[in-house]
Amino acid sequence: MIVQAFAFYLFAGILTLSALMVITARNPVHSVLFLVLAFFNAAGLFVMLGAEFIALILVIVYVGAVAVLFLFVVMMLDINFSDMRKGAMQYVPIGMLIGAVLLTELIMLYGTWQFVPGRKQNIADPVAAFEGQNNTEALGQLIYTDYIFAFQTAGLILFVAMIGAIVLTHRTRAGVRKQSVSDQQARNPADVLEIQKITPKTGV
Amino acid sequence: MIEIGLSHYLTLAALLFTIGVFGIFLNRKNVIVILMSIELMLLAVNINFVAFSAYLGDLTGQVFTMFILTVAAAEAAIGLAILVTFFRNKGSIAVEDISAMRG
Repeated sequence: MIVQAFAFYLFAGILTLSALMVITARNPVHSVLFLVLAFFNAAGLFVMLGAEFIALILVIVYVGAVAVLFLFVVMMLDINFSDMRKGAMQYVPIGMLIGAVLLTELIMLYGTWQFVPGRKQNIADPVAAFEGQNNTEALGQLIYTDYIFAFQTAGLILFVAMIGAIVLTHRTRAGVRKQSVSDQQARNPADVLEIQKITPKTGV
Repeated sequence: MIEIGLSHYLTLAALLFTIGVFGIFLNRKNVIVILMSIELMLLAVNINFVAFSAYLGDLTGQVFTMFILTVAAAEAAIGLAILVTFFRNKGSIAVEDISAMRG
């Protein structure tokens, strides 16, 4: 129990601190790296909660794809980020006020959370039904049966996002030597070849 | 304090969500950090879902978390693609320069 509490406060502390560093770091590259640290610690919390599959998906998708994409864009854009800090303090007091109100309300709500007594009847997919299976197997049994349409829709969303990202960032540059397969296929020997009869000792 | 319950996770998620909201105010000129703040808020929501899933003994929360992850990944990809296109056209990503649709 002590070990569990220690692990929770360690993960939660590093998660909160790195989240604070994400929003306060001057260099956006540091922000992205602290975001990676935050995701790793969140994955540790998910492992503690018994959601190993979600934890590893979080590491693969967020750290492996989203954070690297952020890093790529931050490094690709040639921007002076220090200019963006100017005048940023203007809205900090109202931001702090809104943040404090939001945090107080959420903690008042969550800190005293109690489940209703009859909650057992409302459980849609009880963990007890997957006795003897690990978390990944249980989730697989669910997403390929009950949630198959939602799962397919998620795949469709990713597909549309992929097409959208390609269409948005693709540009045709002028002056680039590039193979044109259709032009090559359309070439006809009659158009480009000229056969000449050369009489001897006269030259072309 | 030693017994880690649902309230601990929910309080942590509330803290993380508030940091995300505050990050939008603090970096209101820098679209990239605003997108990162949105990722932090989505992470807070995911922690809520997984914590409820674990303490209720209901796997639906974890299934839904996967869909949130999917949408977050798609959102980040599209958002950054728009950002790159905008930077190519305007040479800036400051929020106050994104005003082409102002009437």
